[in-house]
Amino acid sequence: MPFDHFLTRRILKSTYVCEVKILAGEAGTDYKPLIEPYRQMRGGIIEALHALMRAYHFIPPKALKDLAKAFRMTEAEVYGVASFYSYFTTKEQGAYVIRVCRSAPCHLENAQGVMELLEKELGIHAGQTTEDGKFTLEWTECVGQCAHAPVYTINREPVTEPKNVFSEQIPLLLEQLRQN
Amino acid sequence: MVSLTINHQSLQVPEGTTILEAAKSAGIVIPTLCYLKELNEVAACRVCMVEIEGSNRLMPACDTVAQEGMVVFTNSRRAREARKINTQLLLSRHDCQCPTCVRSGNCSLQDLAHDLNIIEVPFEKQIPKNTWNMDHPLNRYASKCIRCLRCINVCEKVQSLGVWALNGTGEYNKIEVKDGADFSAAHCALCGQCITHCPVGALVERDDTQQLLDAIDDPDKITVMQVAPAVRAAWGDTLGFTKEQATVKRMVAAFRALGVDYVFDTNFSADLTIMEEGSEFIERMTHPGEYPMPMFTSCCPGWVRFAKLEYPELVPHLSTAKSPQQMFGAVAKTYYAQLLGVDPERIFCVSVMPCTAKKYECSVPEVNDAGAGRDVDMVLTTREIGRLLRSVHVDIASLPEEEFDQPLGIGTGAAVIFGATGGVMEAALRSAYYLITGKNPDADAFQAVRGQEVKGWKAKTLEINGITVRIAVASGLGNARRLIEALKRGEVQYDFIEIMACPGGCAGGGGQPIQDGCELAGERGEKLYVLDKELPLRFSHENPAVLKLYEDFMEKPLSHKAHQLLHTDQTKWRL
Amino acid sequence: MNILLDGRPEEALRIHAYMLRGGYQGLKRARQTPPQQVIEEIKSSGLRGRGGAGFPTGLKLSFIPQQEDTPRYIICNLDEGEPGTYKDRTLCEHVPHKLVEGLAICAYAIQATQAFIYCRAEYPYLVDVLKQAINQAKQENLLENLDIELRMGAGAYVCGEESALIESIEGHRGNPRFKPPYPAGQGLWQQPTVVLNVETLCNVPFILREGADAFSSVGTPDYPGTKLITLNGDVEHRGCFEVTTGTPIKEIIETVGGGVRQGRALKAIQVGGSSGGFLKASQIDTPLDFAALQKAGGSLGSGAILVLDETRDMVDLCFNIADFYRKESCGKCLPCREGCYRGWQIIRKIQQHQANQQDVENLFLLLDVMKETALCGLGQSFYLPIQSCITLFEEEFQAKLRTEVGGGERIS
Repeated sequence: MPFDHFLTRRILKSTYVCEVKILAGEAGTDYKPLIEPYRQMRGGIIEALHALMRAYHFIPPKALKDLAKAFRMTEAEVYGVASFYSYFTTKEQGAYVIRVCRSAPCHLENAQGVMELLEKELGIHAGQTTEDGKFTLEWTECVGQCAHAPVYTINREPVTEPKNVFSEQIPLLLEQLRQN
Repeated sequence: MVSLTINHQSLQVPEGTTILEAAKSAGIVIPTLCYLKELNEVAACRVCMVEIEGSNRLMPACDTVAQEGMVVFTNSRRAREARKINTQLLLSRHDCQCPTCVRSGNCSLQDLAHDLNIIEVPFEKQIPKNTWNMDHPLNRYASKCIRCLRCINVCEKVQSLGVWALNGTGEYNKIEVKDGADFSAAHCALCGQCITHCPVGALVERDDTQQLLDAIDDPDKITVMQVAPAVRAAWGDTLGFTKEQATVKRMVAAFRALGVDYVFDTNFSADLTIMEEGSEFIERMTHPGEYPMPMFTSCCPGWVRFAKLEYPELVPHLSTAKSPQQMFGAVAKTYYAQLLGVDPERIFCVSVMPCTAKKYECSVPEVNDAGAGRDVDMVLTTREIGRLLRSVHVDIASLPEEEFDQPLGIGTGAAVIFGATGGVMEAALRSAYYLITGKNPDADAFQAVRGQEVKGWKAKTLEINGITVRIAVASGLGNARRLIEALKRGEVQYDFIEIMACPGGCAGGGGQPIQDGCELAGERGEKLYVLDKELPLRFSHENPAVLKLYEDFMEKPLSHKAHQLLHTDQTKWRL
Repeated sequence: MNILLDGRPEEALRIHAYMLRGGYQGLKRARQTPPQQVIEEIKSSGLRGRGGAGFPTGLKLSFIPQQEDTPRYIICNLDEGEPGTYKDRTLCEHVPHKLVEGLAICAYAIQATQAFIYCRAEYPYLVDVLKQAINQAKQENLLENLDIELRMGAGAYVCGEESALIESIEGHRGNPRFKPPYPAGQGLWQQPTVVLNVETLCNVPFILREGADAFSSVGTPDYPGTKLITLNGDVEHRGCFEVTTGTPIKEIIETVGGGVRQGRALKAIQVGGSSGGFLKASQIDTPLDFAALQKAGGSLGSGAILVLDETRDMVDLCFNIADFYRKESCGKCLPCREGCYRGWQIIRKIQQHQANQQDVENLFLLLDVMKETALCGLGQSFYLPIQSCITLFEEEFQAKLRTEVGGGERIS
């Protein structure tokens, strides 16, 4: 099976894939400007957390403090919210977060095989991030693309290639992303 | 009103009544676990499940409102079975080390398991690991936590601190310090309210009992004990004593039975605190512009921690007078050592407190000035002393009553009421009145500051000899925060503010005996007011032992020596 | 019959094409009648919620108090988390204007001026589509004073439950609330709120445009209209299809799905996603209908149909489902938090040939107590897939049990 250039182009052009971590959250960073647009929004903390995730790919500790102030919550409450949702994390993540779906339809189509291949290619296990900070690999539940099972997503963009080619496609796609 | 039947019994209850309350009103007991009225109505433990005719599921009695015509069965087979399995599930994650748990015999989970006749748990035991650093005054056993969420809610709703958080989801969800950070970094006041609201032994104070036994057995050590006012209102609860058995004098006899050399009264140093703090207040009041006002009391270490953590800008407003506990230690290892004619190093000073934060306070370098180790070597909570008393196997109930030792065992009624919210303020006003006018007021003249406000604080404006004094009293840190925020917004102005970290003051302290589901601060505080009334001396400035101390040793309030031993630099005392 | 998936996908964002097909006529008609009558129309159409619970939509709308002075909200539930379900995504991609119109009609019916669409985090690409559709409708002055705001979920299955969803919009952990009070009384920010599924809303324009009778004459009387199903697993053609209710499932698999893959024999189906019950091959004559499926021991649920051929390992699938629940339980209430975990643990033991009969009995005890005492639908629904899987394929589970050594033979 030849390399599917169309697929790679689509993936690389996806706005979500391009939503790569460009900012490194540090101790001195001021997160308020990022939070500000959602401060007046009722229940806006979820949207603010999304904004932080888009920019930093994780919720930095100081951002929790800023969020607590902005939304008049205790830090404990903010952390409680952030830790509830699987798309928020306070652990640093790679520029590309790859999530492999493990729900029943994908499970039946050898999602385990997809994960194993990705683990082999990236040299990490599910739940880990590569040393160069490029990739994070994790399991996820149904992403609503079951017709293409098994499915994985890169920064929330579903990769929906025919299942019989994933073994050839994955190494090439990862290489493209690595160089991106 | 709505009519319903519970277990075939017809009853009428006001609209909005929960099934749990309705059942209670008819004398029907439904077991509960996580439920705490108004504080923790989360319906999470699913133990109080009842059967309602026509409903295909069981409903939690604590959170289901009685409806017209409801037919409820609290004890049907379905309800019993479900209750039992849910409790067994809880037990599968609980270490069940009852014989070595401080809450054994006073544990809601233990009671529940007994009541439901659970003699085995069919699920594999899977106990979370304990990773807590047990050197903290407040300890947590993850292996005992049943995730009832009470600690979270009491800290959040009552104390406004939110130290505890429910993190993660599903089986992984656990109660942790804030963002899973180390406890020492958390803004915890160490008030211990989470301990007194924990239904099991997951939250406990650090156990220091062995230290006292070691000191007692050390022939070189002279053990000097002080007993805080609020302890006398609750110590009997740890032994199941009646009011008649649990007298102050029997308490003294009991503590002596432990083998301590001298049993003294923190009331003595509470009177001393009034002399120092009262004089400090008059100094501040009469020199406007020279000192930050209003002045806040500083005898409650939970409040002091709260102020330093949450409102560092208020630190200069805190009274420099040490707490009664620390004043006692400083006096014991200087003045009293001289009286005994012994090396102060030989004195081992132990205090019995209704408080967990006191364990922290005695370790603060800035409040240790006598130069012989710590001024107060160790602190035991009322609960710990109760455990010790049980362990000596003496029939305490039939011990003859005994008096405190002298002279540090003399205290006035003004000191006794330190243990209830508003007490410090009332005691200070009694003496301030005297200091300003030269004569005593009616001892009950300042009753208005008594009693606990659930939400808010008590405030009063007084006129003493043409001087207007605006005072406020708050207990519970959530109320403290409300008061401070109102001050900061400029909505209110006060001169003197008393704050106690625990709701109801020390009577409801985090170190007091626990009776699950009952808030006993009010009842225990009442006992203190009765004691006040019964005492011949009700003014701190009339305490003969305190007067003698000034005459022979301290000279006068705010003297150089007093500053050295009885005051602290609040700005240097950092967390 | 296509009530939902009409029009061509490439015309999804051409509002005029949609209007030419009769789009926004339902909204127009609705606005010419009093709100109360709109609700009556929906009521008499017999439309039932398409999210899974099948609650009558008109009745749900009628629970919103009629006095106008209190704010009220309408929320579109696009938190489609049920494994194997992507019908709502398909609707948003193909007929976004149908959703906007349905939302506007229902908002009018309850006199709400604020609507929310709660979109799951897995569908970020729908945000643009929906925003465009909303803007187009606004430009055509179709929305009047209605404001539609998009809110994102963040990867929590339980937020598909309406009260958890409301908590999430409010900015909290998505822990389900105890009901009552129901959202119709005290929902979002304690105000009357109605939460409706995307597919439910997309049915509403047809009802208003063609009339309740036109709708109720389609499909079964008890659950009229069409239903979007998503065919997954071992079928030739996987995908999302619109099917008239009452169609036998067998027919769906054979005609729409092209039959079982590779000519294999059918072993079982699971209807309704991971929270649905299993049916044996012999039961696939069951019609696609709410009551009929329930009677057969399954459930219609979200309409996902997982087809399993003869080679599939039911214990393995059962374990996968338990694993899903274990990870998605929010952990607030005890029976769900512990029950999902313990259930998962026992099934894992079975899978590893480590379990005995007593373990299976404990599992059933757990399932019962979860169904009866869990706080929300998540914990309650653990029962159906696990129980039906084990009961229907008992021999497969029994074969993996450990017989006690030295305890004599077990008599079953």
